[in-house]
Amino acid sequence: MGLNIIVCAKQVPDPEGPPSSFEINEAELKVTARGIPPVINPFDENALEAAMRIKESHEQVSITLISMGKGISKAVILKAVAVGADASLLVEGDSLDASLLDSFATARLLAAAVARAGGYDLVLCGRQAADTNAGLVGLGLAQLLGIPAITLAQKVDVAGDGVVVERVLPDGYEVVEAPLPALVTVSGEVGDLRYPSLQAIKAAKAIPQTVLGLADLDLDPSTLGRVRTVALAAPSRERRCKMVEGETPEEAGRNLVLALRQDKVI
Amino acid sequence: MADAKGIYILAELDEGLKPTSLTLELMGLGQRLASDLATDLNAVLLGSGAQAAAQELARYGTGEVLLLDEPALSGYHPEIYIEVLAGLLRSRPPLVLLAGHTSMGQDLLPRLAFALDCGLVSDCVGLRVEGEEVLFTRPVYGGNALATQRVETPTAMATVRARVGDAPSPAGTAAAVIPLEVSPPAQTRLEMKGKEVLSGRECPLEEAPVVVSGGRGMGGEEGFGQLREIAALMGGAVGASRPPVDSGWAASTCQVGITGKVVAPDIYIAVAISGSTQHLSGMSESGKIVAINKDPDAYIFKVSDYGVVGEWKQLLPSFTAALKELPKV
Ligand SMILES: Cc1cc2nc3c(=O)[nH]c(=O)nc-3n(C[C@H](O)[C@H](O)[C@H](O)COP(=O)(O)OP(=O)(O)OC[C@H]3O[C@@H](n4cnc5c(N)ncnc54)[C@H](O)[C@@H]3O)c2cc1C
Ligand SMILES: Nc1ncnc2c1ncn2[C@@H]1O[C@H](COP(=O)(O)O)[C@@H](O)[C@H]1O
Repeated sequence: MGLNIIVCAKQVPDPEGPPSSFEINEAELKVTARGIPPVINPFDENALEAAMRIKESHEQVSITLISMGKGISKAVILKAVAVGADASLLVEGDSLDASLLDSFATARLLAAAVARAGGYDLVLCGRQAADTNAGLVGLGLAQLLGIPAITLAQKVDVAGDGVVVERVLPDGYEVVEAPLPALVTVSGEVGDLRYPSLQAIKAAKAIPQTVLGLADLDLDPSTLGRVRTVALAAPSRERRCKMVEGETPEEAGRNLVLALRQDKVI
Repeated sequence: MADAKGIYILAELDEGLKPTSLTLELMGLGQRLASDLATDLNAVLLGSGAQAAAQELARYGTGEVLLLDEPALSGYHPEIYIEVLAGLLRSRPPLVLLAGHTSMGQDLLPRLAFALDCGLVSDCVGLRVEGEEVLFTRPVYGGNALATQRVETPTAMATVRARVGDAPSPAGTAAAVIPLEVSPPAQTRLEMKGKEVLSGRECPLEEAPVVVSGGRGMGGEEGFGQLREIAALMGGAVGASRPPVDSGWAASTCQVGITGKVVAPDIYIAVAISGSTQHLSGMSESGKIVAINKDPDAYIFKVSDYGVVGEWKQLLPSFTAALKELPKV
């Protein structure tokens, strides 16, 4: 009985870090984050929050956090687990560096990891990772696991043996249901992840953790990719800004209109 | 699978059953790719009552417009669409399949790519042909870098943002409209239980020639009333960065950025917005960018054409008044 939820959570460099902290290595086709800490991908935090809400309103819910990558920060995982997960599964290895894997390889590897996590009724992913911005892995994982998928959830609930999702649309939302087991990708509208108490963080060290290496998954990431990055560049967005001034703020506001008219912008 | 050939555009229709502007932009992009690769430009159209739209698309293509017209296809249902499309693409594998990076494109193309084991590049902001293949450019790390990618499967798929392509000119030869039999799956696992449209504070952002956006520094809902007045005077729409949406000052449909809408109006006015990469990803292609911010070092000024340093509460009333007084040109 009970309901097993898997939350797939990736570590990424803090996406709110200043642009200067993202160093672009054109030769190695890598982005290196300098001076900003790793965090759980924000949408994966939303996914964990969605899982917590289900856990609060249903009996016998167990949450397993799965994270794959190179050099996963144990402190970051611990803090997420402390929020209310019952187990965690890490897949670590040098060849799991995010810049070496495309979404296709990632989905295949995660599918193998999910198979090692024991049974599941519901898999939750973020709508997209802040480093790839791709939004592919969740749907890929569902396809590989052979389960139905619903994307862009702003609300996730379990009713009977199905999942009920409010799915974000450009002009509102729609309600979609799927039988369990199913996969749902979660959007920011779900709400921020709650904070764990200090006590919970201390206690979290006792929560079961499995660490796997690539060998345990019996897959060769170098054969799983479908898309290859061939060049990396900095975006060129900077413009020459004409600063409009005035003796008083009121005058500056007026002067802005005049400047726009003078340049035939309006 | 047969040999991959041709460029295919997955068309989308608006409520009036006309091709969306993004669909036409994709036809424009497709013409360029097809000519560079010396292949045909085709379109695939799923819908109900879509005959006229198929004829319009045919004016821009050189190959065929595959029309799947059937009541079960009138609205997007992932499983029905995937079943119908996967079958079609297996028998006619394209070199390149392009769809818009829309609500449907983001949901459907990944399913299709994994079902057919084809490489997919999502959220493209640039496409070009190099040698015999297409290279796709997309933002990564929240827009802090641009990655150019190639697809290593015979069929490449991509979802493309608005305003990447130009509206097309009719091709010399019209494509043939080919109606195909559709047999939608008898059973689906997903059940669509209906839509809830948020009305009242609507923002037809993508089409607006002027977008006036507010950020966290607006401090509350009231300020957005002033932005609405300015937008109305300029014939535009109101947008927002993410914090006002999270705080409920602006509808979620107003959000501009990497996880909101992508806009490229003639004029974009950013009030009390700092200029995060995630926000810039949604508006940096705008014609002229105007920033109002109290912090002279705010990054938004570096990416703007016009800037005023100051409190919006003090600047906007005189800005609005001067707009009203402006003689018409
Ligand atoms: C995965 C992910 C996706 C995201 N997607 C998006 C997205 O799609 N769109 C988006 O916008 N953000 C997005 N964000 C959030 C983004 O990182 C920034 O946090 C956000 O854009 C900041 O919004 P802001 O500029 O309004 O607020 P802030 O960065 O807090 O800036 C507020 C600005 O207002 C100015 N200000 C304050 N008071 C006044 C005043 N009285 N008068 C004038 N100026 C004033 C300040 O000087 C400051 O520059 C995303 C983040 C993540 C992690
Ligand atoms: N390395 C990873 N470890 C755990 N989950 C991941 C990993 N990569 C991707 N995911 C999940 O897949 C989602 C979408 O990723 P993407 O397709 O890269 O945008 C993320 O929000 C995560 O939930």
